[in-house]
Amino acid sequence: MKNLEDLEKFINSELTSKINNSFVKHDNIYLNIFHDELVDVITFLKTNNETKFRQLIEITAVDYPENKDRFKMVYLLLSHEFNKRVIIDFSINEKFEISSLTSIFPSANWMEREVFDMYGLRFKNHPDLRRILTDYGFEGHPLRKDFPLTGHNEVRYSEEQKKVIYEPVKLEQNYRNFDYESPWEGTKYIKEINKTDG
Amino acid sequence: MAKEKKTLNLNFGPQHPAAHGVLRLILQLDGEIVEKADPHIGLLHRGTEKLIENKTYIQAVPYFDRLDYVAPMNQEHAFALAIEKILKIDVPARAKYIRVMFCEIGRILSHILNITTQAMDVGALTPTLWGFEEREKLMGFYERVSGSRLHANYFRAGGVHKDLPAGLENDIDEFCNKFPKIIDDLETLLTDNRIFKQRNVDIGIVSKQDALDYSFSGVMLRGSGVAWDLRRSQPYDCYDDLEFKIPVGKNGDCYDRYLCRIEEMRESVKIINQCLQNLPKGPVKTEDGKITPPPKKEIKQSMEALIHHFKLFTEGYRVEKDEIYTAVEAPKGEFGVYLISDGSSKPYKCKIRAPGFTHLQAMDYLIKGHMLADVPAVLGSMDIVFGEVDR
Repeated sequence: MKNLEDLEKFINSELTSKINNSFVKHDNIYLNIFHDELVDVITFLKTNNETKFRQLIEITAVDYPENKDRFKMVYLLLSHEFNKRVIIDFSINEKFEISSLTSIFPSANWMEREVFDMYGLRFKNHPDLRRILTDYGFEGHPLRKDFPLTGHNEVRYSEEQKKVIYEPVKLEQNYRNFDYESPWEGTKYIKEINKTDG
Repeated sequence: MAKEKKTLNLNFGPQHPAAHGVLRLILQLDGEIVEKADPHIGLLHRGTEKLIENKTYIQAVPYFDRLDYVAPMNQEHAFALAIEKILKIDVPARAKYIRVMFCEIGRILSHILNITTQAMDVGALTPTLWGFEEREKLMGFYERVSGSRLHANYFRAGGVHKDLPAGLENDIDEFCNKFPKIIDDLETLLTDNRIFKQRNVDIGIVSKQDALDYSFSGVMLRGSGVAWDLRRSQPYDCYDDLEFKIPVGKNGDCYDRYLCRIEEMRESVKIINQCLQNLPKGPVKTEDGKITPPPKKEIKQSMEALIHHFKLFTEGYRVEKDEIYTAVEAPKGEFGVYLISDGSSKPYKCKIRAPGFTHLQAMDYLIKGHMLADVPAVLGSMDIVFGEVDR
């Protein structure tokens, strides 16, 4: 299996009913799958001799608050043997329980904990679903788009109480988010002009 | 009557010199044998990914310096490459060579720190003193090229911020001539040292299969005998024009990982030498005024340059809607950026894949059944920096 397009076709023909959409871009294969087929797809990609995606690189989520299925889960896999990468994604709403990959890849453990911590998504059959990066007793899920950049609580050492205390965030000056957006259409616009000139 | 078995819970860190930062490790001990290790991380969490979503692409670069703060430019590299791939920017050859050269300097910086602190964790103080003298020189190069010793903010999408100042090439060359001798000196202190070997050989062994399953990368993977280096297998910038070897370990223990790092430093010196010899002349960043700011002189004379400058430092450049993952071989392993752009001048999502995060996760697997005194040795050989683990 030498080039990406052949590999993409092969995966498509093997997993027809599980894949919604797939394409090749930036030297990666992008697979959009149906959300309840995750474990089957990953198991196939890991064990099949033509794919051998034996390393899990990352698990993450993306928040699109305006969508009905608000979150997009993203899984990145790498095949050392064939030197290929695949990006798998699917959309879910916040109530959906995602199947944990910990039994297939032990390294999924912390990655899923991070997604749980940052986005509040739950995983089925995860051995130890705790928060990982945020403080003990933290509330909310920081990487959701509706979580404020400044957070809700701040921490300081109180001289009177002789201990570290939590207080609601007080800003001396409001966070200023200037709107610099211009009617420019960015770089693409310039490239098109150059093209018509040449 | 059978004795009741008691285990002891020990809190290692968050303030402990061998924890390499702010790691809180809860160890369950049976006598001196570790039964379970539960790392608590996040004490240095600064919400980098959230902050990047609220900054323009140019403003996001300095956050990458603050991840793995012993090899800052390697991480800027991953971010710059991601934007370049989306915008299809052609980077000038000189910029590519400068970037690769400074990435290799970063690799030496990181490996010196790791090797010497690993030695310190098992009781040798001298390597640290010798090694840090060299790090000081390398950080001097960082300062001369970017203005700061640690948080360089030097790489840009489309090249680097400024050309090398006069005389720097000679000084780096001189360093490259002297440095292999320093590596030899470090090796005389450690490689055949009885105590160092007793503390590291056959400690924290990782098999090939486990290294893959635990998502290891970089030296952690190569130490176990998997020949995999992104500089060779998925070359970026000018790595495919350069000659270098990839050292691979045999046993997958702490000692092999140490040996890999020593050899990698020698290879890095070779790469820097080749970069210096082949350094082409020409611009150091793309001349597309929509991406990189114009030279100061032009701003004074050209209206267009002035507008470009103003727009770049207020709105920033826009990146068309896309989704991409790019990875570089950072000193600690595969450092990746998963970037989703939405056509505005701020990233919609920027997930940072830090090698240390997955390495630290395997702490429980690595340390189970070892003695308490092996904890610092294993932790040292993993090359953990909390800036990138906690993000």
